[in-house]
Amino acid sequence: MTTTANPSSETGSRPPNTALGKAAAGIDDRMTMARPTRRLLNKVFPDHWSFMLGEIALYSLIMLLLTGTYLTFFFDASMKEVVYHGSYVPLQGVPMSAAYESSLNISFDVRGGLIIRQMHHWAALLFMAAIVVHMMRIFFTGAFRKPRETNWLIGCLLLLLGIGEGFMGYSLPDDLLSGTGLRIVSGIILSIPVIGTWLHYLLFGGEFPGDLIIGRFYIIHVLLLPGIILALVGVHLLLVFKQKHTQWPGAGRTEDNVIGHRFYPIFAAKGASLNMLTFGVIAGLGGLVQINPFWLYGPYNASQVSSGSQPDWYAGFGDGIARLFPSWETRLWGFTIPGPFYAVVLLGPIFIGMFAYPWIEARLTKDRAMHNLLQRPRDVPVRTALGAMSLAFYIVLVISGGNDIIAEKFDISLNAMTWIGRVGLLIAPPIAYWITYRICLGLQQHDREVLDHGIETGVLMRLPHGEYIEIHQPLGEPDEHGHGALKYGGAAVPKKMNKVGGAGRAIRGFFGPIESPPDLPQLGRGPRESADADNREPVSSRE
Amino acid sequence: MTDTADTQSAPPSAASSANKRRTGRKSKVRRAAALLGALAVVGGMYSYATPSNAETNASASQAEMMKTGQGIYDKTCITCHGANLEGVKDRGPSLLGVGAAAVYFQVSTGRMPMTRQEAQTIRKPAKFGHDDTLALAAYIGQYGGPAIPEVSKESIKNANLAEGGELFRLNCASCHNFVGQGGALSSGKFAPSLKHATPVDIYSAMLTGPQNMPVFSPNQLTDEQKVNIIAYVESLQKTTDPGGASIGRTGPVPEGLVIWLGGISFMLICTVWIAGKS
Repeated sequence: MTTTANPSSETGSRPPNTALGKAAAGIDDRMTMARPTRRLLNKVFPDHWSFMLGEIALYSLIMLLLTGTYLTFFFDASMKEVVYHGSYVPLQGVPMSAAYESSLNISFDVRGGLIIRQMHHWAALLFMAAIVVHMMRIFFTGAFRKPRETNWLIGCLLLLLGIGEGFMGYSLPDDLLSGTGLRIVSGIILSIPVIGTWLHYLLFGGEFPGDLIIGRFYIIHVLLLPGIILALVGVHLLLVFKQKHTQWPGAGRTEDNVIGHRFYPIFAAKGASLNMLTFGVIAGLGGLVQINPFWLYGPYNASQVSSGSQPDWYAGFGDGIARLFPSWETRLWGFTIPGPFYAVVLLGPIFIGMFAYPWIEARLTKDRAMHNLLQRPRDVPVRTALGAMSLAFYIVLVISGGNDIIAEKFDISLNAMTWIGRVGLLIAPPIAYWITYRICLGLQQHDREVLDHGIETGVLMRLPHGEYIEIHQPLGEPDEHGHGALKYGGAAVPKKMNKVGGAGRAIRGFFGPIESPPDLPQLGRGPRESADADNREPVSSRE
Repeated sequence: MTDTADTQSAPPSAASSANKRRTGRKSKVRRAAALLGALAVVGGMYSYATPSNAETNASASQAEMMKTGQGIYDKTCITCHGANLEGVKDRGPSLLGVGAAAVYFQVSTGRMPMTRQEAQTIRKPAKFGHDDTLALAAYIGQYGGPAIPEVSKESIKNANLAEGGELFRLNCASCHNFVGQGGALSSGKFAPSLKHATPVDIYSAMLTGPQNMPVFSPNQLTDEQKVNIIAYVESLQKTTDPGGASIGRTGPVPEGLVIWLGGISFMLICTVWIAGKS
């Protein structure tokens, strides 16, 4: 940047003459904010519903920070044994940890404590769900390709950190449900060959449960992981700004422009609306639907365990693989390797594959080019099918993580559920792959068919010799054989007449019309030209 | 939920079946009943400890009840449990020494007579009325085993909930789950939900160990501890859900369903509403 004697004239605007203007110019002289802010406000973002999924995760995270901060005012992360004398009658006189007691106090004695606690927990579940959905969008549209592999890595890291952060938060109340989950994690750590015991003693400061783990989890949960998550989210968003958002292929959209709306006002308004809706959904759930009623579960006690203990859904895949894996145990050179270790090790390559996927794909397709245009899932059948395969694998694991509840509620034998899970884990992914692959090819074929022959109009014609044919509306100028000469460009192909103005312009409005309908097209005339100016004209940017 | 007003009280024992219970009893009578209940429990324990026909106060009505019970038995139970209560191979176990409590538990909850042979018999509307159930219990109970226990409302009211909860989590939660919603066991067997279990049901089950349940003898859980557990289960049934809709109190599984089918699905609709499919 060049420095001049009068920085405020850099922007080419006239010098200010009002007091406010002068003050603003004074600030800008010192801070140089006008130009970067203007650049930011003028940044163009493409507009599509699937581009807002990551935002749901971001707003859930903000809610988590707000509610979590309130909870820290009242939570006591100590495993000191106390006897409860609070207002929840069935536990009066029960010895418990100070962490559990303060969680009970938050739920029953702190003003607004219960709804804040429930909002915090629901926000955590929504955060993780939004991350998964956002990740699916990125994967299936190929948004992770060069130059965005780094952001894919950061996203994968955020997913793992979110699982860890959620699990630690769920462990903090020190109730019988989360303590059982913690015991399973402790068992998995112990199952690591050679170093397992040492690691366990390092983390718990001795035998399970010890009297340190809640305090350690607390500081990790409220300081360390949130700090890392926030920093990574910052870099994640900075990279989106820097590398520009991807966009769908379409008219006028190329690899080196962005067509959409400016950050201010349209994009900001849409983001703020989604923010409010996310907060509303979380508050609604927190106020209306009970989550994790740990006062019913009782304080954690290593001698007690309950049937039907599950982790939260985002950790369910780990529980699922631990439940499905056979109890194989190997003894080698005096070392015992228990089954759970193999189960967890099995997840290793899957996670490594997830992190490395952009490079794996680039190597297999030999595609090293820059990509700013997205692909429709149908146009990359192998990748889409691989995604469906992974999802099938994942869903079988998550369902198996709750297989005892399913067995109990639907009167299925628990052993049958285990075998359904084992067989499903091997059979469902290939089936999902094959079905998805075929669906992609079918959709591609249909697109080409419409480009070649035009849109089915539903108008039937009887030829003089008695044959019936359906009239097709070609999308472009047909050649001498009556075939369209249009090339497929990676964008959605209209499949119905009203998509090409067959019934006039679509009336705007989601729940109901927000404009008066224009005159309907006269029968026998062509589609009516839409002459009404769209006041939300998208802009194109070539920064 | 069942109306606990009349499930709290025990079924009338053979001796007191004549006088009908009215609501709004005097506390004196109630105390007497409590004493009687305690006596019956102790007597039951005693008869359980001495596996012989220890019915000392068998009256004429008792003999009549046994006769009625035998009639019911011969018509309904004999196919699977045998003419002399010795059991039939691959159909039903011997009933010698199971006690009146077991009969009361199985028949009053509709588990017996069984509909078909399966992993486990299930709770269904009872086939026999109260008197017939007692008669059947008297007939089978004469061959030894625990008598039908009595739990007074008073003792439940004065029970130690904290201890009951601890004992419940220690002895019962591993199958019935900490909120008593039941749980799956191996090969299609299950621990039933305690939602509709009455105090006498729970007590009888603890004394006789139906299906896969172990017997909790007085050496394992004293009478007082059993009453504390029963009081805790009752309190679980009565506890409201301060956090809103309980979604079955089943923990993370329904919570995960709510966030996927409700939370994130609603948010996806919101994104389509805001951004459209431009």
